[in-house]
Amino acid sequence: MKQRVTLNINGTEEEVYAEPWWSLAQVLREEFGLGGTKIACNTGDCGACTVLLDGKAVRSCLILAVKAQGRKVVTIEGLRGKDGGLHPLQQAFMEHFAVQCGYCTPGMILTAKSLLDENPAPTEEEVREGMSGNLCRCTGYAKIVEAVMAASARMRGEHR
Amino acid sequence: MSKYSVIGTRLQSIDATEKLTGSAKYTTDISFPNMLYGKILRSPHPHARILNVDTSQAERLAGVKKVVTGKDTIGKKQGVWRRFPDLCDEEILCRDKVRYVGDPVAAVAAIDEDTAMEALSLIKVEYEVLPAVFDPLEAIKEGAPLVHYGVELNINNTRHIEWGDVDEAFRRCDHIREDMFRCSSQAHACMETHGAIASFGYDGKLTVHTGSQSPYYIQVLLAEMLGLREGDVRVIKPPTGGGFGSKFELDSAQFCASLLSMKLCRPVKIVLTREEEFTATKRRTPMYYAVKLGAKKDGTLLAKEVRAITEGGAYTGMGATALYLTGFFSSFPYKYPNYRYDGYRVYTNTAPTSAMRGFGAPQATFVGESQIDMMAEDLGIDPMEIRRKNGMAPGYEVPGEAFIGSCGLHECLDQIEERIKRRGKLPANRGIGVAAYGFISGGIFNWFDTPYAFSAAMVRVNIDGKVDLFTGAADTGQGANTTLSMICAEELGVRLEDIRLHVGDTSICPPDLGSWGSRETLMNGSAVKMAAADAKRQLLEFAAAALKPNIVYDLDIKDRWVHLVDRPEKGMSYFDAVKAAIRGKDGEAIIGRGHYSPHRKGMVSPAFSFGVQAVEVEVDTETGQVSLVKATTAHESGTVINPIGIEGQLEGALAMAAGYGLSEELPIHDGKIQNGCFRDYKLLLAPDIPETEIVEVETYEPEGPFGAKEAGEGLTNPTAGAIANAVYNAVGVRITDLPITPEKVLKALHEKKHKKPSEA
Repeated sequence: MKQRVTLNINGTEEEVYAEPWWSLAQVLREEFGLGGTKIACNTGDCGACTVLLDGKAVRSCLILAVKAQGRKVVTIEGLRGKDGGLHPLQQAFMEHFAVQCGYCTPGMILTAKSLLDENPAPTEEEVREGMSGNLCRCTGYAKIVEAVMAASARMRGEHR
Repeated sequence: MSKYSVIGTRLQSIDATEKLTGSAKYTTDISFPNMLYGKILRSPHPHARILNVDTSQAERLAGVKKVVTGKDTIGKKQGVWRRFPDLCDEEILCRDKVRYVGDPVAAVAAIDEDTAMEALSLIKVEYEVLPAVFDPLEAIKEGAPLVHYGVELNINNTRHIEWGDVDEAFRRCDHIREDMFRCSSQAHACMETHGAIASFGYDGKLTVHTGSQSPYYIQVLLAEMLGLREGDVRVIKPPTGGGFGSKFELDSAQFCASLLSMKLCRPVKIVLTREEEFTATKRRTPMYYAVKLGAKKDGTLLAKEVRAITEGGAYTGMGATALYLTGFFSSFPYKYPNYRYDGYRVYTNTAPTSAMRGFGAPQATFVGESQIDMMAEDLGIDPMEIRRKNGMAPGYEVPGEAFIGSCGLHECLDQIEERIKRRGKLPANRGIGVAAYGFISGGIFNWFDTPYAFSAAMVRVNIDGKVDLFTGAADTGQGANTTLSMICAEELGVRLEDIRLHVGDTSICPPDLGSWGSRETLMNGSAVKMAAADAKRQLLEFAAAALKPNIVYDLDIKDRWVHLVDRPEKGMSYFDAVKAAIRGKDGEAIIGRGHYSPHRKGMVSPAFSFGVQAVEVEVDTETGQVSLVKATTAHESGTVINPIGIEGQLEGALAMAAGYGLSEELPIHDGKIQNGCFRDYKLLLAPDIPETEIVEVETYEPEGPFGAKEAGEGLTNPTAGAIANAVYNAVGVRITDLPITPEKVLKALHEKKHKKPSEA
């Protein structure tokens, strides 16, 4: 039987009736139309469905929607810069050509966001390690790592 | 004024913002009112006769709208080698027998995925299990089970390439090597699995949304398989989450969704699971190689003889092309005066093998570049020197096969050699290996038998100066959309933001064979350039009337400025010229048309890219683990359209090709692929990727737009061979069987250690 779940999605209080076996990824995509959360394996192995749950990067295909009750979810649609334009991470991914097919991109960016929130000045090695749970078949990761390093520098500059 | 205003600048991908914000709508993100969800029932047996399919129970399940089986099709077999009906061998929904674990038997449309899944479990299929054969070396033997009726010894396709007098040349060689190699399979592992939404209406027209490398191929093949006119099938390609060779053949999601939609006149969506993607879509062709190589003492390569047996799996797909290309590229990038190739593609009861980035060339290059190092060592010649001595050069003709126009191989060799020298002496268990490579810029072969030009484009210049570019190119993430828009902007003399690109809709874009075989930059780019030039010529007619230059002056447009070429300060605004021209044409928008098909360019490709890669590895002799330390690639692809885009291609190819060299494979047991998930299929991860250096060697290819040629696929070729050579140089063991796993390295180190005393 469907259960009522209330959660905060991208800053807005929402409610949804979800079957107990529905994943958070499924609910975000199908009930809220937030297609930026990609499901590429549905087994928690690729990171494409990464969202922020109470600020931490999680694989939303492995989390039941009912378990997100009362929690804060940020998807790629909710990530924006201070002026409402692109977030510095999105900006850096664009400038560094870190997007090719784009299917892993939302998960990559949200993983990077969580990483930089915890460690605003990571080394390149820490970025590579921090992104190691997200698969990309197009870029070979080089430009993604470059973009995260560039965004980190820019975000630190902004916060000063 | 500089030569180019758009080309050569590091431009961001024109579709990046949509992808970065989650706004891009891929096939899976699209839904329609009244849409149903489909699932496919697949064979659990590698080889079995279908005696009966009972769908009655499934049909009775609440929420199930339709179940189809092979009996619901018009009974055709499909394939991309349409010139050869025998090679069109795949029914998709099997009617008589199944040939691999994963072969589709039935498909269901239901109100949601859960119901469709449940319905699959209610379909009762009665099979007569048949003896199966999995290894091509077994399948080619007398008495082996036949995968397809009447195909003797399971030989699906043979290819023979020969020039010179090979046997006579071997007699003149001072040294001959004979070696065996084995190349493994590889999964495309696109982040987006195959999927389609088919919408058939009461008007008899079918529209299919599907991520694809060739909407045109899918349109034609669907029409054939469903008994529709091509013009009644419209294929729309949303942004596509990777292709790498996996998405230009008709697949089970596209076909089953369309068939179900036709029965119901409702939209049906089928998206393959990751497990289906790994086990029931096509994959890179595993190959066995026996190679004989003969040389003079001074390192001159006189003769090469290659025999290859490839694992075809259950169907042909594009595998026959891989069989040819692996033979052709086994001669690359060297000037063998005498060469012979015999290739056999053999049917087996395994998942079909077909095109994957490199298309037979990564296998050929691993084998060829390993063996040339072995030969150099035998002869006591430096590996760079033997490559330089025999390497292709501009103007070389591959006898009877191809003409090499531009070629920067020797410059690439120089660049790499200089960088290797700079590395100096390496620590213990470290080694650098080199591999040289080349690749096609689109195939000349037309086995699909299209009557259309290989590429075409249309340019429409509107009153505000905005340019609509229509072309059939298929961007799967590699950046074709950006490259083609840049070519259009450069030729027309406008800025990138003046171009609005219309791609991925067969009903409005001219046909294009699609993005495979590294076609798009040279072939589609040439069509786009021609269309833009046609539009520009029309604009200049009106500009000339307005500017009234002395007749000896040429006019051109650059960065929105129409001007006299020799007196660039004299001119008029592009926008004014557009307004004048449209007014002068009685209000008709300016329309330019372009097309490209290769002519008089041999059998293989109008142009070839070249390069040399050096990979430095460190081998842990305790564990056998090979770590990548550094990869340096000197690459030559004619004029570089978008430098940052090429870097992205190179870095991505390196990761995919290093995965092929080190960790990626699809082990099969009793016909079942054992690692159908990302946990067990080992892609390289961010920390595995070494420091990469890219040296762009510029050449000019007369056949390509602004001198450009292939820039993305050939880069998949060198890495496995370079790694193999590096491992040998690091610890003295030669691995001839991909991938180079820790187990193989350890075993070889062990054998080497225990062999020494007896030899001494």
